[in-house]
Amino acid sequence: MAESTALNKKRSPFRIRVEPRLSEPPAWYPAAVTFAALIVALILGGVLISFAGGDPIRSYQHIAKASFGDIGVLSDTIVKATPIILAALACSVAFRMKLWNIGAEGQFIMGAFGASAIVLAPVLPAETPRIIFIPVMIIAGMAAGAVWGFIPGYLKAKFNVNEIISTLMLNYVAVAWMNFWIFGVWTEGGFQMSPKFPQTAWLPRLLEYAKTFPAFRGLTTHLGLVIGIVAAVILWFIIFRSRWGYEIRLIGDNPHAAQYAGINIKQNIIWVMMLSGALAGLGGMSEVSGVVHRLQTAPLAAGYGFTGIIVAWLAKLNPLVIIVASILFGALILAGREIQPSGVPKMIQGIILVCLIASDFMLRYRIVIDRGEE
Amino acid sequence: MTNQTSSTSEIPLIVEMRGIVKRFPGVLANDHVNFELKRGEIHGLLGENGAGKSTLMNILAGLYRQEAGTILVNGKPKVFSSPRDAIKAGIGMVHQHFMLVPSQTVTENILLGLDDPRFIMRLPEYDSKIAELGERFGLKVDPRAKIWQLSVGEQQRVEILKMLYRGVNVLIMDEPTAVLAPQEIEGLFETLRAMIAQGKSVIFISHKLQEVSAIADRVSVLRKGVATASGVASKGVSRQELARLMVGRDVIFALDKKPGKPGDVVLDVRDIYADNDKGLPALRGLSLNVHAGEIVGVAGVAGNGQSELSQVISGMRQCKQGQVILAGDEVSNHSTLFGIQHGMAYVPEDRTHVGSAPNLSITDNVIMKKYRKPPILKNGLLDMKAATKLANELKQAYDIIVPNVSTPVRLLSGGNLQRVILAREISGLPSFMVAVQPTRGLDVGAIEGVHRLLLAQREAGAAVLLVSEELEELLSLSDRVYVIYEGKIMGEVMVKGEGHDEALVDTIGQMMTGTPLDQIQNEGVAANG
Repeated sequence: MAESTALNKKRSPFRIRVEPRLSEPPAWYPAAVTFAALIVALILGGVLISFAGGDPIRSYQHIAKASFGDIGVLSDTIVKATPIILAALACSVAFRMKLWNIGAEGQFIMGAFGASAIVLAPVLPAETPRIIFIPVMIIAGMAAGAVWGFIPGYLKAKFNVNEIISTLMLNYVAVAWMNFWIFGVWTEGGFQMSPKFPQTAWLPRLLEYAKTFPAFRGLTTHLGLVIGIVAAVILWFIIFRSRWGYEIRLIGDNPHAAQYAGINIKQNIIWVMMLSGALAGLGGMSEVSGVVHRLQTAPLAAGYGFTGIIVAWLAKLNPLVIIVASILFGALILAGREIQPSGVPKMIQGIILVCLIASDFMLRYRIVIDRGEE
Repeated sequence: MTNQTSSTSEIPLIVEMRGIVKRFPGVLANDHVNFELKRGEIHGLLGENGAGKSTLMNILAGLYRQEAGTILVNGKPKVFSSPRDAIKAGIGMVHQHFMLVPSQTVTENILLGLDDPRFIMRLPEYDSKIAELGERFGLKVDPRAKIWQLSVGEQQRVEILKMLYRGVNVLIMDEPTAVLAPQEIEGLFETLRAMIAQGKSVIFISHKLQEVSAIADRVSVLRKGVATASGVASKGVSRQELARLMVGRDVIFALDKKPGKPGDVVLDVRDIYADNDKGLPALRGLSLNVHAGEIVGVAGVAGNGQSELSQVISGMRQCKQGQVILAGDEVSNHSTLFGIQHGMAYVPEDRTHVGSAPNLSITDNVIMKKYRKPPILKNGLLDMKAATKLANELKQAYDIIVPNVSTPVRLLSGGNLQRVILAREISGLPSFMVAVQPTRGLDVGAIEGVHRLLLAQREAGAAVLLVSEELEELLSLSDRVYVIYEGKIMGEVMVKGEGHDEALVDTIGQMMTGTPLDQIQNEGVAANG
């Protein structure tokens, strides 16, 4: 006996074991793990930056300064965060039901297209007052996004078509569709963009009120932020307090139980995909009317729909947390461009996502360290 | 295989566990447990769910590590840091949930993880090796078959073969009968006996008294992590005694059932035909009825259409022909919602995959059929205060043991989860209830609780259809029993009083194997006359 124990001790003075969690961790724990994952991601990113010959601490300082350093850049951060909030909300509601909508990007583009059509077709004349123009554009944007969500939703409900593939493919269709209108119909003198919208079709921005509040001078934060926050709050109520939200959560957790409880799953697939598409479409509307002010491919098809996927997971699909997570990503996108046009910021986003997914492990398992006992 | 006291000392101990301690968060799973296994015996390890049986055996199989205590194999102390170490020492475990790759063949699954063959898979060679091994132990399975093609019983045989192929001398079987049909259980028992005859030893974990006394030479009992009996000869101990050792009090096997007062017909199933998931006919012209205030049992060997019957009644499966009439309304081929709105409660066979949403809270799970109506629905929103209040009331009334109702139900034990489901179904004050295998996998104490709840339903005037494979359960609860065979009713018998007369059991047994009741009676008349 002594022999085997000694051998065992020599091999490992202490051992690390992984055991599944048998009880729910305390409420603060998931938040702490998520936070720790972020820190680990930043450290890993720092290591890579230093390998590339950069100074990680100065890089991060620069990122912080370039995104939260003063009210001007903070406003820019928020402008970047706004489309991400709506795209992430769109993803979160579909993911909640385990519908893997990878098509927020396309739905976002269709939303921008739908809203632009009101201006460019034109459905409403340029001199229409803003109070009418904006709501009509919102409705058109959401409707166009909803249509783009309805298609994969219907195919899934009716023919069990895999929504991952159909939504992904529809992204390309959406880009091609937008390009057709930009190049062929609404082109501005042959350039790859539509004419600029009249000011009445712009979402109000803070800088417009600089006369009354001088502090707002130069701030481009627009009404889209309010739209995003309101949408998040409404979505939170839908998910956690409404009858429909209960059905969505039940289907997401166990579709068999949902069927057993008398819930029509197919109908819900279609409705949820439409809601998801409408939210992404609202994001597209907000971006085109609040920032770009014209239909143009590059700034609109900039991957907000894909960033939304990451942010939705970072926020654990919670609509309210999405607002915070989006601002973080807005900062990364903005400040990242300050250091390098591509590369590092994209890398940090990727590392964050990987660390977050890995951190889920810590929620389901616990790590036990034994000293060599016996 | 009797154990005379004179010979016990001569048979060497193959495994000895001394003072094993294992803690889990909030639970002392094993509290200084001693366990001894002799060469060539089948050792039953009894205990309620959560008594620590599986934990103790997972330690022996190298899956967990004890916090204190020693393990001796053939008298030598061993430290297992993984199942591989345990297998090297000749100890292997067949878990309740199989660990097989569905798309691969039996041989491939058995060879998985071994160093031989190294590079080139000379499968035919190994196929015949495995076939031979199976022959030796009465484990008939085609080595070339893919796992997904096999029945659960056959898959279990593959798991056993996996262990035998690795040269294991001690086989731990964790609740092996839980997934088997009655006739498969007999086959398993034969295999186990064949293994003993060839010098292997078996540890048989179960909470079913009947099986343990049928198969085991000696029995150890665990209760709440403490060994209440260690290696007593199973011949010398009655089932009542074992039950007391398991639960710490006398279990009342006889329920106090008041005479029934059947009312009007509530459920009328008329000549239904339906297919199973594979599109093969599962129900062929089945008819039965249930009156208010009675429990009607459906007996039968698993897989004779019981699941499909309950699904057709509840609306989860379409029927091709025939009608299901609930209190005058046809409910068949409507949505499940229609049945729910007509006062139907349904306790499904599969608690975790159908009956509950594992990651949602107890509160969310109990409002599953109530969220469409006040008081839970208020102004189009869910009133979470009312829902929490309801959940707390049910937790109290149905004895659901959890710290609070926001706990996700996946963390509940089987018995507690079943109480959550029953609480939800019964609190809807159903006029009719289908309960499928409501006590499967539950421990003795929990079974009794479920039985009492079902009888209370009957007394409250509800009609209850009870589908079960436990004949004893059916006979002690039901007023009438239908016997189902290949999707048809073979006959219907009345259950009178408490005494289970042998003739009745015999009749049901014959019907379960496909002899219609009228034929049995005719033969009886012919024999008598």
